[in-house]
Amino acid sequence: MTRPPAWAWAPFALALGILVIPLAGLLATVSWSQIPELLARPTARDALGLSIRTCLASTVVVMLLGIPAAHILARSRAWWTPWARTLVTVPMVLPPVVAGMALLVTLGRRGLIGEKLDAFGLQIGFTTIAVVIAQVFVSLPFLIVALEGAIRASDRRLERAAALLGAGPTRTFLRVTLPTVLPAIASGTALAFARSLGEFGATITFAGSLQGVTRTVPLEIYLLRESDSELSMALAAILLGVAAVVVGISMRLQVRSSHD
Amino acid sequence: MTLRPAHPALPIRAAAALAATAALALTACGSAGGSSADGSGASDGAQPVTVFAAASLTAPFEEFADSTAVQESFSFDGSSGLVEQIKQGAPADVLVTADERTMRAAEKAGLLDGEPQQIATNELVLVTPADNPAGITGFDDSLNGTRLVVCEKSVPCGAASLKVADTAGLDLRPVSEETSVTNVLGAVTSGEADAGLVYRTDAKNAGDTVKTFPIPAASEHPSTYWVAVTAEAKNPSAARAFISDLTGEKGQNLLRSYGFGVQ
Repeated sequence: MTRPPAWAWAPFALALGILVIPLAGLLATVSWSQIPELLARPTARDALGLSIRTCLASTVVVMLLGIPAAHILARSRAWWTPWARTLVTVPMVLPPVVAGMALLVTLGRRGLIGEKLDAFGLQIGFTTIAVVIAQVFVSLPFLIVALEGAIRASDRRLERAAALLGAGPTRTFLRVTLPTVLPAIASGTALAFARSLGEFGATITFAGSLQGVTRTVPLEIYLLRESDSELSMALAAILLGVAAVVVGISMRLQVRSSHD
Repeated sequence: MTLRPAHPALPIRAAAALAATAALALTACGSAGGSSADGSGASDGAQPVTVFAAASLTAPFEEFADSTAVQESFSFDGSSGLVEQIKQGAPADVLVTADERTMRAAEKAGLLDGEPQQIATNELVLVTPADNPAGITGFDDSLNGTRLVVCEKSVPCGAASLKVADTAGLDLRPVSEETSVTNVLGAVTSGEADAGLVYRTDAKNAGDTVKTFPIPAASEHPSTYWVAVTAEAKNPSAARAFISDLTGEKGQNLLRSYGFGVQ
């Protein structure tokens, strides 16, 4: 058993302070007595409901696309793999507003694809679908990156053994590869969900802001700040609570599956 | 052969990507946080005056700074955001808001030194994309069923939009209620929206990318711009000099050239 060097405690304490003190400051300022009043407001309830619905939808899409994609990236040895890997991570470094502008010029009514859809009477802008698309765009890389690293680090001999015993690629993927990387799936999915929950810039740029349709909790927080900064802090505390629950559950899943 | 649990830790590449995100965010904030003008005629050793101004004043103020003797450094944001920052101790010498309500709130919170002054007015107009795809004829029933975008009612431009619609007897059904007038304009110039309610100065600034329709009822509900020296001003005399330049002939002419209403 090796111990970390003693000096590492100083950066550890500083890191913890940088991350925790602002949140503690926020929670200390929140007037908790306002939370019932806030939850009674249709605007806040609609925002919470919309955020949860859209984040669940985008997380399902992220899992359906991200898990197989991570597998391909981890196992492919083709010349294009490093390029694909880089492209997949680019949305992570994009400022969210730029992500929104990119979606707008592609899927917007006058965008490359949006123009064709518009001809069929399909419009994405200002709809709940636009919110989900923005969330998928910004959160998908988190699952792919987390999972791809885990699959690459996992033992390939297990997959070979399964193949030798007659399992097809699908069966090997579902029964051998995935179970060994469950913790990474859990943490990657939680990261993606949390990223979707906090998504602001791409949503406000691409989807707009209408109560119950496109105005998610981060947008409602920003709007409330205009009229009542205390209520906006209270809503921020609720968002923080939801995010903490999601991350907490995924941590528990991780711990449990890595003790299996 | 042993079964090893896979490590869920993020790979190094992801950490690097996150670091890059942080770096990008920092540079983005650095450039958006405030732009300073070097003030061509600044006298040696003169302390700069820090002006917190409503975002809609960005272009005229930057031009104005080039022509004054005082050295200004600006921070542009939504009016209520600026007041919030000053409340938390941000170092501002001058506050300029895009509505009276926000300025009065700052006054009530004890953030000002002296009485605020009105410097300009602005009013709402209707804009459509240059090709007017929905065939809108003005602020009337032709807006029904179109993709109209306005500001939300808690933002000054949204409050004005409601009043104007009320005076005109129109029941607006917007597809989006934005948090800032910039977003409304963006939705129209990108062609995403059929029409939007923005300030005359925004429409003027957008030039040929939009088609502008005046709103007769809008002149009854102008928005007003207010300026005041802050209570914590480090440089109150330079702050007063800036304000008197702004309310003087040169400042008022400049604001007029950007589409603002002045006395």
